[in-house]
Amino acid sequence: MSTTEILFWFLSVLALVGATMVLISRNPIHSILWLIVVFFAISGHYILLNAQFLAIVNLIVYAGAIMVLFLFVVMLMNLNSDTEPQKNNWMKIAGAISGGCLLLIMIDVVSGSSDMQNKTAIVKEGNIGLIKVLGKVLFTDYVVPFEISSVLFLSAMVGAVVIGKKEKETPNP
Amino acid sequence: MTLLAIDWGMLVEKLVLIGAIISVSLLIAMYSTYAERKVAAILQDRVGPDRAGPWGIFQPLADGGKLFFKEEIIPNTSNKLLFVMGPCLAMLTAMMTSAVIPWGNQIHFNLFGIDRYINLQIADINIGVLFIFGVVSLGVYGIMIGGWASNNKFSLMAAMRGASQVISYELAMGISLIALLMLTGSLSMKTIVEQQIQGRLWNVAYQPLGFLLFFICAFAECNRAPFDLSEAENELNFGYHQEYSSMKLGFYLFAEYINMFISSVIMATLYFGGYDMPFVNEANLSVNVAAIVGIVALMAKVFIFIFIFMWVRWTLPRFRYDQLMNLGWKSLIPLALINMFITGAVILWRQG
Amino acid sequence: MQALTNRGKSVERKPMTLLERLYLPAIFKGMAITFSHIFKKVPTIRYPEQKRPFAKVSRGLQVLNRDEEGRERCTACGLCAVACPAEAITMEAAERQRGEEHLYREEKYAAKYEINMLRCIFCGLCEEACPKDAIYLSETFAPSNLQRKGFIYGKEDLLIPNPLTHPEEYNKAKGEKAPTTK
Repeated sequence: MSTTEILFWFLSVLALVGATMVLISRNPIHSILWLIVVFFAISGHYILLNAQFLAIVNLIVYAGAIMVLFLFVVMLMNLNSDTEPQKNNWMKIAGAISGGCLLLIMIDVVSGSSDMQNKTAIVKEGNIGLIKVLGKVLFTDYVVPFEISSVLFLSAMVGAVVIGKKEKETPNP
Repeated sequence: MTLLAIDWGMLVEKLVLIGAIISVSLLIAMYSTYAERKVAAILQDRVGPDRAGPWGIFQPLADGGKLFFKEEIIPNTSNKLLFVMGPCLAMLTAMMTSAVIPWGNQIHFNLFGIDRYINLQIADINIGVLFIFGVVSLGVYGIMIGGWASNNKFSLMAAMRGASQVISYELAMGISLIALLMLTGSLSMKTIVEQQIQGRLWNVAYQPLGFLLFFICAFAECNRAPFDLSEAENELNFGYHQEYSSMKLGFYLFAEYINMFISSVIMATLYFGGYDMPFVNEANLSVNVAAIVGIVALMAKVFIFIFIFMWVRWTLPRFRYDQLMNLGWKSLIPLALINMFITGAVILWRQG
Repeated sequence: MQALTNRGKSVERKPMTLLERLYLPAIFKGMAITFSHIFKKVPTIRYPEQKRPFAKVSRGLQVLNRDEEGRERCTACGLCAVACPAEAITMEAAERQRGEEHLYREEKYAAKYEINMLRCIFCGLCEEACPKDAIYLSETFAPSNLQRKGFIYGKEDLLIPNPLTHPEEYNKAKGEKAPTTK
């Protein structure tokens, strides 16, 4: 086994264990922290694929910003395992069935896809993940989707401001 | 056995480098606590610690010894695992940033029949600046987890304040840096320093506003006065580390000083030429002498920054929370955006 | 409301100008002020090594005086106890026996002499009341103690060392305010 392989297996196991723990942790704070572990493992995978930019952006955006917001909300709402509502058993079964169906479909799509067959991931080589190349591709070949997504973000920001803005109170005498 | 196909020389070299950098940053953080008290004393016409050893230079050791021997208290209602994890995370994120900083050019090592050039940088990755951002954005977790796990309303409130402050100022910091990155065209710390050495002025000459914004944001990121809202003792008793005692508290306080040191290094590297000694052409010196000159230059810059950090702390009163948020979102971010636009326009205009 | 003095300054609440909102001029001004303090003289007196001289009129711990032959001056007349506004002084008199002339100056002496330092207000009235210059207030002060009874100073605490047998300690304890009359 090469070092890369060892790292790959370690990160995969870490990611899977983390993802499972996200689901089965009863304390929402623990779930979030396990989710952060998953993000770290995925970033490790990106680095193995020589996509350093993606790895670090994944950390900055997801682990650094979004998860902090999650923590914010959960901590302020003070959710505990005690206050968790009792879920219906039927709901659990329905969830398991629908989730299982999704899993089957995913496996089928991935294994049936001709693009993915007989191909191995390029490890430690290839430069599409490097920031210079990625930037050039984004601003030449994919400039329209890129700009559209930025407009989407802008509208989301405007929406957040609108929601967050207090309504003018009528002046009390 | 392809497992052993590791460059053992490089591994040893990097391990030694990591050990050296960690011990140096710990030492500097330790003496920053001493310097802080001395600077505060001098600015307030006092003497400061002068009992432990000559001029009190063993004061940090005495403080550390005291913290180690204090009783370790873990509150009954706290979340034990996370309670211990908080200070560890704070320390970890504080130390991790030093990995991408070029501490000097390189040293020539010719001993025991080994002939090597060793770069004084743990990892020269091409996304160095982004790596720093990633680690800094993780620095929030130490505060948040510690504050939440204490199971104390004041700690939680302080942690919330600290985290929201760090997140808001990260934006302004990032945007003010983008202008610099447009100028340098590289995210590698080493390349940024090399560009500043090679015949150009330091970046601060091109980006004075950007530097000022970055500097202000660095204060907020380090949770230092005048932005030390998460430690506002008159409103929040003590801040997010209220329930902590012994060395766990020491770790939190220590992480603050390491953060201060590291952000001084980053500012010196990005805006003040890193290990570049002005008016000295390093190429004329032998490799090792140039490396020593470089390290001395970098450290001198860093110490000046640390002094400014302390000087500001003992001059300015703390901002109120709404003032802090107004400053961050309504002043710094628009200014940073304007700075970015101007820089972009000038670059385009000069390209013709 | 009418102002009591004309020193009051009304607070202006008008919105800050752009220059003020920049904060920077004010910050630099403040930082210049603190920086100038680097060059100021430090007024600290490093206590155990350096001591500030006591004021001429300061009144410290009482001392029971001896004369130049080393005899106790106190005759246990009780005037100090009467004069004491805090009632801190108690004493028991005893008669001088034959053969004790080198110990006590007069025929009567204080067998027990106690001052409760928790009650004493260091007013100095005992010193003024004493007809024999047997008690005076020196420049030292009562050190801290962990127990209440540690503050009740007996004769062994108050009496000055013998100038004949322990001249060095005597000179040290005498201080600058010992009465000069014989």
